[in-house]
Amino acid sequence: MNQIALNTAETSAGKGKGRIDVRNFSLSYETIDGSVEAVSDTQIHVNPGEFVSIVGPSGCGKSTLLNAVAGFLKPTTGIVTVDGEAVKGPSADRGMVFQQYSLFPWKTVRENVEFGMKMRGMDRSKRERAARTLLGLAGLEAFEKHYPDRLSGGMKQRVGIVRALATGPKVLLLDEPFGALDAQTRVIMQQILTNMWQRLKISVLFVTHDIDEAIFLSDRVYCMTARPGSIKAEIPIPLERPRQQSMMMSSEFLGLRRGLMSLIREESLKAMGGEITDLGMQGLSIELNGQSLADVL
Amino acid sequence: MSSPALARDPVEPNLVESTTVVPPKIEAKQPTITTPSPQGAAIGALAARWYRLNKDKLQATLIGTLSLVAFLIAWHLLTKYRVVFFVRFTNVPSPLAVYDSFTRAIHDPKFFLHVALSCRRILVGFSLAAVVAIPLGLVMGRFKRIHEMVFPVAEVLRPIPAIAWVPMAIMLWPTNEQSIVFITFLGSFFPILVNTLHGMSLVDPVLVRAARCLGAREASIFREVYFPASLPHIFTGLTVGMGVAWVSLIAAEMISGQYGIGYFTWEAYSLVQYPDIALGMIAIGLLGLASSLLIRAMGRFVMPWGRT
Repeated sequence: MNQIALNTAETSAGKGKGRIDVRNFSLSYETIDGSVEAVSDTQIHVNPGEFVSIVGPSGCGKSTLLNAVAGFLKPTTGIVTVDGEAVKGPSADRGMVFQQYSLFPWKTVRENVEFGMKMRGMDRSKRERAARTLLGLAGLEAFEKHYPDRLSGGMKQRVGIVRALATGPKVLLLDEPFGALDAQTRVIMQQILTNMWQRLKISVLFVTHDIDEAIFLSDRVYCMTARPGSIKAEIPIPLERPRQQSMMMSSEFLGLRRGLMSLIREESLKAMGGEITDLGMQGLSIELNGQSLADVL
Repeated sequence: MSSPALARDPVEPNLVESTTVVPPKIEAKQPTITTPSPQGAAIGALAARWYRLNKDKLQATLIGTLSLVAFLIAWHLLTKYRVVFFVRFTNVPSPLAVYDSFTRAIHDPKFFLHVALSCRRILVGFSLAAVVAIPLGLVMGRFKRIHEMVFPVAEVLRPIPAIAWVPMAIMLWPTNEQSIVFITFLGSFFPILVNTLHGMSLVDPVLVRAARCLGAREASIFREVYFPASLPHIFTGLTVGMGVAWVSLIAAEMISGQYGIGYFTWEAYSLVQYPDIALGMIAIGLLGLASSLLIRAMGRFVMPWGRT
């Protein structure tokens, strides 16, 4: 039984595929004042089976980058490829999990999970069985007939992840998936995601603004600069797996955390400083007694 | 009365409640003796719980019934004493007179013919409106070009009340029956169209993106995302449309009908059968109520996810 569903989810991931390459990437959009660059000159890659996170200050374009990998946005320059094939639009090869859960409210939990398989034309009994097994892995078999609005946030997002995995994608893209969850649920969800990732050996590109989350989950973390976003640093996370919650107190973890924190702080200040001068708050420097904004903050 | 007795009284209901929880234990101790009393207690407890859960609904029903009775009494008194206070109740039929004409009407096949014809007109006109307006709204909501083409025409025609179409309808359609159905159609068409459009405009784009990521193509997205996402608003449109359909139908029947409950009401006035006026009005009210309840039930059946 288990094997059927896992085969579905593992069809492509099991073969060690799922390499993402983003090269010379930039993306700008037109406004009435001219074109605004959201992401500029960015190179990232995700090796097959690797867990990679992107962190950065809010508005730095990390979600834009992810949406380009998903195929929702076209790069202005550069190219996005998955296994050497250029991304032309969204497809079931790249599963996506959204912060707002985005489950179909009119479908039961199981029907949500079945959706991708239904789109592939899999017959009903087969996809029902596969969906049940996958839901079992996520501890949701008791809720298969529930509609999403009866579920808690954590349960909804588990369904979201299972739904994205059910089509057997080559890569999994997550856009701040746990951003709307409370701290305890978040920790549990991180554990569940890690378990599923290790089981399916799928490549993951994970966007978050939570530094702890990024370090705890990832093999590698990209840190982005303030808008227009580009890669400021690439930090390998050498922490051994399986990782325990207690690891977050280790000196190794805290060292990584400190390094990433200062990188992001710099960028956040840049972003905020830019905004404040843009607003033209001339009185600010007098009120601050001549201290620079960065010192006060 | 002594105070201990007063103090004991409120305790007793509690005791009753606690014993209702205990019975399984008692049965376990004495498996050979099966008395009907635990069963009775269980039923009693069930009734008590049902009452607790539905207390608000029962109260609402009671208050609703009382206010209906109060309305009937007020009506009775106003007509009995032929009150004239700006409004003249001199010729208004009393509830009893209306009841009399009701008992006569239910033995009169002609009355049922009036009701049946009105219902048929509603059914045909309203169904046609739904069958045209829902797909049109969905397509307009999905494709900007079609929206741009159809919307201006719809906006110009929409504010024209269906009743204002009566002369035009009589010219357009060969028979009276067809023109009345056409008026009913027009009345319900625009509310359904506008609400369907509104529903389409509110479809969460993230859901569309989620569907795309899962490999859905245009037709599937339309069927699996846009349509179900718009359904709640479509049903709002159907409910409003049904109301307007009745308004339009009655007006059309009064002007150009030969049968129908609207014609019945108007004819009663012409023939000075005043109780029949009220009977016709009440019949219209009940038919309208029944049809909107029907639509609500349909909505619940079609959208099981909306149930709480």
